[in-house]
Amino acid sequence: MIEANGLTKRYGKTVAVDDLTFAAEAGKVTGFLGPNGAGKSTTMRMLLGLDNPTSGTATIDGKRYHELRHPLRTVGALLDAKWVHPNRSARAHLTWMAKANGIPKRRVDEVLETVGLTSVAGKRAGGFSLGMSQRLGIAGALLGDPQVLLFDEPVNGLDPEGIFWIRQFMHRLADEGRTVFVSSHLLSEMALTANELIVIGRGKLIAQSSTKEFVARASENAVKVRSPQLTAFRPVLSAAGAGLIDEDGSVIVSGLDCEAIGELAAKHDVVLHELSPQHGSLEAAFMQLAGDAVEYTAVIDSEDAAKAAELVAAR
Amino acid sequence: MTLLAVERIKLFTTRSPWWCAAVTLAIVIGFAALITGTADFQVSVASTQSGYGFGLAVIMVLAALSITTEYRFGTIRTTFQAVPNRTSALLAKTTVVALLALVIGEAAAFGALGLSAVMDSGANLALSSAADWRQVAGVGVVYALTAVMAVAVGIMIRHSAGAISLLLIYSMLVESLIPLIPAVGEDIHRWMPFNVVEKFLSGDGSARGAAAEGPPLSTSTLSPTLALVYFAGVAALLLTVSLVVAKKRDA
Ligand SMILES: Nc1ncnc2c1ncn2[C@@H]1O[C@H](COP(=O)(O)OP(=O)(O)OP(=O)(O)O)[C@@H](O)[C@H]1O
Ligand SMILES: [Mg+2]
Repeated sequence: MIEANGLTKRYGKTVAVDDLTFAAEAGKVTGFLGPNGAGKSTTMRMLLGLDNPTSGTATIDGKRYHELRHPLRTVGALLDAKWVHPNRSARAHLTWMAKANGIPKRRVDEVLETVGLTSVAGKRAGGFSLGMSQRLGIAGALLGDPQVLLFDEPVNGLDPEGIFWIRQFMHRLADEGRTVFVSSHLLSEMALTANELIVIGRGKLIAQSSTKEFVARASENAVKVRSPQLTAFRPVLSAAGAGLIDEDGSVIVSGLDCEAIGELAAKHDVVLHELSPQHGSLEAAFMQLAGDAVEYTAVIDSEDAAKAAELVAAR
Repeated sequence: MTLLAVERIKLFTTRSPWWCAAVTLAIVIGFAALITGTADFQVSVASTQSGYGFGLAVIMVLAALSITTEYRFGTIRTTFQAVPNRTSALLAKTTVVALLALVIGEAAAFGALGLSAVMDSGANLALSSAADWRQVAGVGVVYALTAVMAVAVGIMIRHSAGAISLLLIYSMLVESLIPLIPAVGEDIHRWMPFNVVEKFLSGDGSARGAAAEGPPLSTSTLSPTLALVYFAGVAALLLTVSLVVAKKRDA
């Protein structure tokens, strides 16, 4: 269980993380979604005690990171696959980590086997491809057989095969009852991996909900219709399967796009005074909290959201 | 103890400590061979240690790199993830690096003495006084304490190039330029650490034998023992400051 409570981080004038409160539970993959610069990595560094919060707390199973006795046995993390000395072998890298936390030496070979690096264990890590480095990073995270795992954009720069492998891996870890916390800036990626989503923009919490619910909200499109003949038009829209929400003097129609509504209006001789697509409630939330629609489209462009909806439905 | 083992693994699974050790040995022993082979004066215990200063520079590089490369490659974060108590982690590293410097220093100093004795069997190179012993066995001790300073500077500066140039410029240049400051220069210089520690090593020059050849002696007014204590104090102070800084700072 990972918890953040009023977590805030300032770097000089930049507010990287702003009063963030959330929780990630065991047995689930929790996605941490936000555009570039939203504060995902900063949050993870604070969870690991690497950066000191300006205020608020970040705890793992109720403890601050530095209160954990053999932290690698409680929390495994992959923040940056390049955090390895290039001249040190993969095995040596894991050996010192194991030694530091009283982890038996055979575990090093076990995790190397798990991530499929046994054959290059003695090679210098500097010569590894990105995919191999990523695997080494994951081996390091798994070393202490921890119940909590943190991954910062683990699929970045990987080929489809590598991406697939990592996804499967996260599911397996969560199915084993572990807490898996993984960041990304792509909703469609999260739709495949995460059960729960924590969405941030400009360091602020935008939403925490199940992935299904979130994707539904993100891909929902609504149209505002204003007409002097609304009373007559409503039953027509309802009959076409649209959801209707009244607003003063107009109606918000969901489930039908502008084209369909316009054609219905023409067919029934209804005069329209306004027919305008409405942005989803999520965009409104982004606008309100992050103050920036660009942030919203960076995380959820409509194509990506549609793809995410398909993926979630297929799951 | 575990942390010492961790830092030992980290240090010896990269190449630079091996290189630095080899280079230090080669320089210090090579210099002794050069001096002993070409000297037109009576070779002494002190003259066999002429390469000491160059070896010291390499030790500084080794020690500074041991920590700055961790910052450069991000492994310091992995280190602090494994050992959230930064002070213990960094103290362990400092200890391991200092011990390595001690071993390198002793091997280099006695190697230099031994090679000179073999090359010039007529020279009186027996360690017959406390001053002789300090001149040779003291090298490893000074290297170890210097390594502590270099690690401390590395922790504070975090960048290899910055830390190394600061260390080298200070020890090779700044200290020897200070006496040029009118009026107060000499007084300040008397208390500068590398000048002071020279007092520990060469004292009043009695290890130089009858020829009394060599660079100017230390101007420190401390006794050799106090000079070492002073030098160790400076190292401890630098280390303490660096540990406080590292604890407060974001990794
Ligand atoms: N050490 C630092 N010093 C100053 N500013 C920083 C530092 N680290 C992060 N920031 C700033 O804090 C904000 C959040 O950065 P962070 O790296 O946490 O975002 P992110 O969500 O991980 O983005 P990305 O998707 O690009 O990895 C950014 O504006 C960044 O410039
Ligand atoms: Mg990031």
